[in-house]
Amino acid sequence: MHELSVTESVLDIACKHADKAKAKQVTDIYLVIGRLSSIVDDSVKFYWDIISKDTICEGSKLHFKRIPAKLVCTQCNHEYILEDDLMPCPNCGSAKVRVISGDEFNLDSIQIER
Amino acid sequence: MPEKRITIVEKIMNANDHVANTNRQRIDAAHAYSINIMASPGAGKTSFIIATIKALLEVQLKIGVLEGDTAPVTIDSDKVSDAGVPAVQINTGGECHLDALMVSNALDQIPLDSLDLLLVENVGNLICPASFDLGTHSRVVIASIPEGDDKPYKYPNIYRGLDVLIINKIDLLPYLDFDMDYFQQGVEMLNPGLKTFPVSAKTGEGMEDWLSWLKAKIPVNQS
Repeated sequence: MHELSVTESVLDIACKHADKAKAKQVTDIYLVIGRLSSIVDDSVKFYWDIISKDTICEGSKLHFKRIPAKLVCTQCNHEYILEDDLMPCPNCGSAKVRVISGDEFNLDSIQIER
Repeated sequence: MPEKRITIVEKIMNANDHVANTNRQRIDAAHAYSINIMASPGAGKTSFIIATIKALLEVQLKIGVLEGDTAPVTIDSDKVSDAGVPAVQINTGGECHLDALMVSNALDQIPLDSLDLLLVENVGNLICPASFDLGTHSRVVIASIPEGDDKPYKYPNIYRGLDVLIINKIDLLPYLDFDMDYFQQGVEMLNPGLKTFPVSAKTGEGMEDWLSWLKAKIPVNQS
C-alpha cells in the first residue's frame, strides 16, 4: 500500500508545477513507470480521486506509460525485454546481464487549462 | 480555454529523496555510519541485528537502532533495548514501509551525536521499502533460506538498489530444497557483483565476515 505515499508525491509535484504555470485546472497527468518499479496502476487511480479532491488537480486523468524492463547480455551483447519472470540471455544463456531500463519512476508532464 | 502541456520529468520520489539527503547529512555530521535493513517478515532481521549489536558492543562501539513497525507493538524494540543499546520505535500506523520523514523524526529522539553506528530496521516487506531512500549510507537486504530460492525473480525491485545481501539461516540448508546457484544467479542478473554474506545469526556461522566488512565502514575505525 505504498501507492498512497506515491500518489501523494505525484499530487505534490503536479500542484507545484500547475501553480507555477498559473493553471486554472489540471486535466491530465502523464506518468512514466518502469516495469521493475512495483506500482499497481489501479491503486494509484483509486487514491488519486480521493486525495486530488479540492485541489487544482481534481477531476484530472492519470495516464501510465509503462517502460519495459530491458536487459543487455554482457557476453554476446544481445538486448532483450523481460516479458514475465527474470531470465538469463535468451540468445546465449548467460546470466551475466545488465538492466538498462525499467527502473523509471517519473512524473513526465501535465496538461493544464489557463 | 487554452490548454497547455507542461513537461516536468521529475522523479516521483523527489520529496522523499530530498529529506533522505538531509538525513544523510545529519548522520554524517555525527560521524556515524548507518544502514537500512530490509527483509520479508520472519527473515530474522531482529535476531541478526541483535547478533550484530552484541559483537560490536564487545569492541566498544556505540550503536543505536530505529525500529520500524506497522503497529504499536514494542516486541522488537524491547529486544534491542534488552541488548543494551538505545532504540526508538517508529510506528508507521499501518504503512508498509519507512520513509525518510519518519526517520528524520526518529533521529530527533536518538542520541545521534554519540553513536558510531545507526541501524534502521525497516518494516518486514520486500516490495514497498525498496522505493524509499531513508538517507542511510547503505541498504542491506536479509534473505533467508526458508523463504525459497525464487525471491530475486519475484521481487526484482528490492534486489536492484541494495549494497549488501545477507543470506540468513544457512544452518537450515541441509533440510530444505534451496538451490543456492539459482538464487545467486537471479541476484547477479539484477545487481552484478553484489556483496553477499551467507550467515546464520543463530549459530554465528559467517557472521565474522559480515562484522569485518561493517567495522571497516564505521568512521571511528577509519581514523
